[in-house]
Amino acid sequence: MDDFNPTIIAFVCNWCSYAGADKAGGQKLQYPSNVKLLRVMCSGRVDPQFVMRAFRDGADGVMVLGCHPGDCHYRNGNMKALRRFRLFERMLSQMGIEKGRFKLDWVSAGEAKRFQETATEMTDAVKKLGPLHLRGMVEREVA
Amino acid sequence: MIKKISIDPITRLEGHGKIDIYLDDKGSVDKAFFQVPELRGFETFVEGRPAEDMPQITSRICGVCPTAHHMASVKALDALYGVQPTPAARAVRETFYNLFMFEDHLLHFYFLGGPDFIVGPDAPKGSRNILGVIDKVGMEAGKKVIEIRKRCRDLMTHIGGKPIHPVLGLPGGVAKQMTEEMRATCKAFAADAVAFAQFTMTAFNDIVLANKTYLDIVLSDVYYLETNYMGMVDDKNRVNLYDGAVRVVDPKGKEILKFDPRDYASVIGEHVEPWTYVKFPFLRKIGWKGFVEGKESGIYRVAPIARLNTAEGMATPLAQAEYERLFSTIGTKPVHNTLAMHWARLVEVLYAAERLVELASCEELTSPDIRNMALQTPSEGVGIVEAPRGTLIHHYKTDGNGIITQANLIVATIGNSAAINMSIEKAAKKLISNGNVTDGLLNMVEMAFRAYDPCLSCATHSLPGTMPLEVRIKTGPDTIVKTIIRNSDGSELTF
Amino acid sequence: MAQKPKVAFYWCASCGGCEETIVDLEEKVLDVAAAVDIIFWPCAMDFKYSDIEAMADGSIAVSFVNGAVRTSEQEHIARLLRKKSGLVVAFGDCAWMGGIPALTNLKSKKEVFNRSYCESPTVVNPEKIVPLENSVYQGVPMLLPKFYETVYKLDDCIDVDYYLPGCPPTVKLVLNAVTAILAGTLPRRKSVLAPDKALCSSCDRNETKPDSMVIKEFKRVHQVVADPKTCFLAQGIVCMGPATRDGCDYPCVKGNMPCTGCFGPVDGADQGARMIAALGGIIDAEEEKGIDRVLSGIPDPAGTFYRYGLAASLLGSKRKEKAQ
Repeated sequence: MDDFNPTIIAFVCNWCSYAGADKAGGQKLQYPSNVKLLRVMCSGRVDPQFVMRAFRDGADGVMVLGCHPGDCHYRNGNMKALRRFRLFERMLSQMGIEKGRFKLDWVSAGEAKRFQETATEMTDAVKKLGPLHLRGMVEREVA
Repeated sequence: MIKKISIDPITRLEGHGKIDIYLDDKGSVDKAFFQVPELRGFETFVEGRPAEDMPQITSRICGVCPTAHHMASVKALDALYGVQPTPAARAVRETFYNLFMFEDHLLHFYFLGGPDFIVGPDAPKGSRNILGVIDKVGMEAGKKVIEIRKRCRDLMTHIGGKPIHPVLGLPGGVAKQMTEEMRATCKAFAADAVAFAQFTMTAFNDIVLANKTYLDIVLSDVYYLETNYMGMVDDKNRVNLYDGAVRVVDPKGKEILKFDPRDYASVIGEHVEPWTYVKFPFLRKIGWKGFVEGKESGIYRVAPIARLNTAEGMATPLAQAEYERLFSTIGTKPVHNTLAMHWARLVEVLYAAERLVELASCEELTSPDIRNMALQTPSEGVGIVEAPRGTLIHHYKTDGNGIITQANLIVATIGNSAAINMSIEKAAKKLISNGNVTDGLLNMVEMAFRAYDPCLSCATHSLPGTMPLEVRIKTGPDTIVKTIIRNSDGSELTF
Repeated sequence: MAQKPKVAFYWCASCGGCEETIVDLEEKVLDVAAAVDIIFWPCAMDFKYSDIEAMADGSIAVSFVNGAVRTSEQEHIARLLRKKSGLVVAFGDCAWMGGIPALTNLKSKKEVFNRSYCESPTVVNPEKIVPLENSVYQGVPMLLPKFYETVYKLDDCIDVDYYLPGCPPTVKLVLNAVTAILAGTLPRRKSVLAPDKALCSSCDRNETKPDSMVIKEFKRVHQVVADPKTCFLAQGIVCMGPATRDGCDYPCVKGNMPCTGCFGPVDGADQGARMIAALGGIIDAEEEKGIDRVLSGIPDPAGTFYRYGLAASLLGSKRKEKAQ
């Protein structure tokens, strides 16, 4: 899979993880260009439907990065994200989507290095898994 | 040179079915096959589902007999969790089940199979339908069928949530308590149901049995098949549709097996053929010997006449009298005449109605104690009921958390799949010779399989009454020698 | 005299419940039958492909098609009806979203055949024979239609004009739809012919929801005796009401069992996503272990949230670009 370049979508929250990514950029910390950022105000804003759509529309991996527990700008938005996505992950494995294609993690505004590491690790992991084959990708069987 | 007659598709069957008949050089039937071109894979996709969801998931195997699957499923859950339903739950379940059997059987008789009999195979095709039936039994009766069905379905809605794909079943119980008001409604309905069942039986006597031509058709060897028979019985060997042990008798009526649901897999084997999606159950004790009749064959039959053959009586008085009359009229027991299915069906209608009268008076019916919560750790369970179309078996294995790891389903109609194949072949062989495909062929072949009430009889008004059939006689794969098309208005084209 | 509109009914991979619901119209079916000319209904009437083939394109006013598409034969007839019909209505969940048969999409065709024909407590098949599209039996070539790898919903194969939800659609819904068709008062094309709001809005247990609902434990239906008057979710029992369309008059809830979602999602929503979002929001736990403990009461999220709609779900269905 050397030539496989995965597409990773990362939903990053405005107050923490986006700021952390921004800081990484400011410090010229390289992270794979596979990772495309989508800024939201809070990780709690990320509807599971967005993540599903990302997978369906071409992403091989998806991340949701929010503030550390206790640090959420909106008090407990990140907790809502945690609860939702834990349920979501259980369902993903049932649908044949390998563990490692979805990740919920915490990155604070000051953690530029952590952002770099998280993005790099995710890209490497998904690269190893190969392109995502959704069940529904089966070719039409009749003319 | 092989000549092939295709009847494709046949209707009033779950999904689709097709019949192929092959003629030899002399124009006699060499072979005939009944193919089922459909499979949905329930046994596979229920893996990973919670066991408590099974009654509602498996009911989607069939939208005409969902209650049969629901009930077999919930009994498998009882066994899985090691519980018996409370007396109230059992009474509610049995009431619901007999309501269902009553309605389903009756509908088949008036709208589907009945017309063959009531109006007769010689009647103009345009009248071999519910309208023709009404003509014979009267408009009042026709309206009454619709009305009694409506009352039945309404009762089922109250007890089970929905008549199509009910929700009441839980391991050790049912979801909802029955009220005194409902009991009163049920009581009133049951009394009318008995009366209507008797009326139907009388109509059958007057129109069919009293008519020598029809009786001859019933008793003719065109529709005669000697097989073993299987059915559920109570501890006195009387027909029981909801619960009991399963009994098997040979073509002479001698008991060869009686087994508890949990032992079914050591009794029944299933044979696979590459040319059809349906499997062919057989008795392991004898083995699969091919599509042959007789006691040396492992093939058995299920559903109404099989149940009556297997039992030694009915558990309610009026049904018992009819049971005796059936066997004394035909003169033998077991009865091997396939068309007697229609008659046996009516005996069961009467039984279901009488059972409803009994249940409506059960004290425990309205008790609030509807759930036995002493559930054990689950691992495996088998549930069996007698569906309208035969013995229905649900077998589940789960992990300790009650998630299904393996399921095996022996669906009622497939108990007859080998027999249907043989019945069609026999009818074809006896009716076709010298390559003449007569008009009567179409009707007669239909009758051979329709008596079994194969899995899905969409019990609607058979508005034009005739099944659409296109019979093509071919010489070689592309040369059609003759085509007979029967249209919905009963007219036929031959070219 | 004006011609009565021609109407056709057809079933694909169906259980027959949708046909049965038409019978449940009871005496009202006669009114319907009087107003239309039913020209095609394999389960009840004359059925010939050649009749349909001979009709002019668009001459059937409405075709009601139920069942999911699983075999080549079913797809062929669906396409034929589309050609000959003015309107095609996907009747019931199987046609709309794949229905319960679509749960097979969590498995493979190979697993289905293996379980049905090889690895079973009762199957005696040492040679591992499985049904084949082409086989020879007693010297005779035998054909079976192709069994697809995936269960498709109707609009994966043809353009569908309207959708009737339900497993099966309720009598009320069917009558409303038929009335609208005859009166020419159908809503915009591609509509689902049921209200576009959640079931909770009309459920009579809704008012028993506490102002602040939090779930400390999810209980499976067999582990608890449900109170017949209180909201299921408030009792910790998963009920699909919040993520399911209204319009059925909630017979399951009246039967004291929770909604399982058969009226499908509202417009634009993925039913599973909606349910995950809803339930996630009300779990009473703050860290992984606690959350997992609560979630152990939902052992089968895919089967619970997509019981009827896997073929329409974002992750369980075809990607748009492959649809052509």
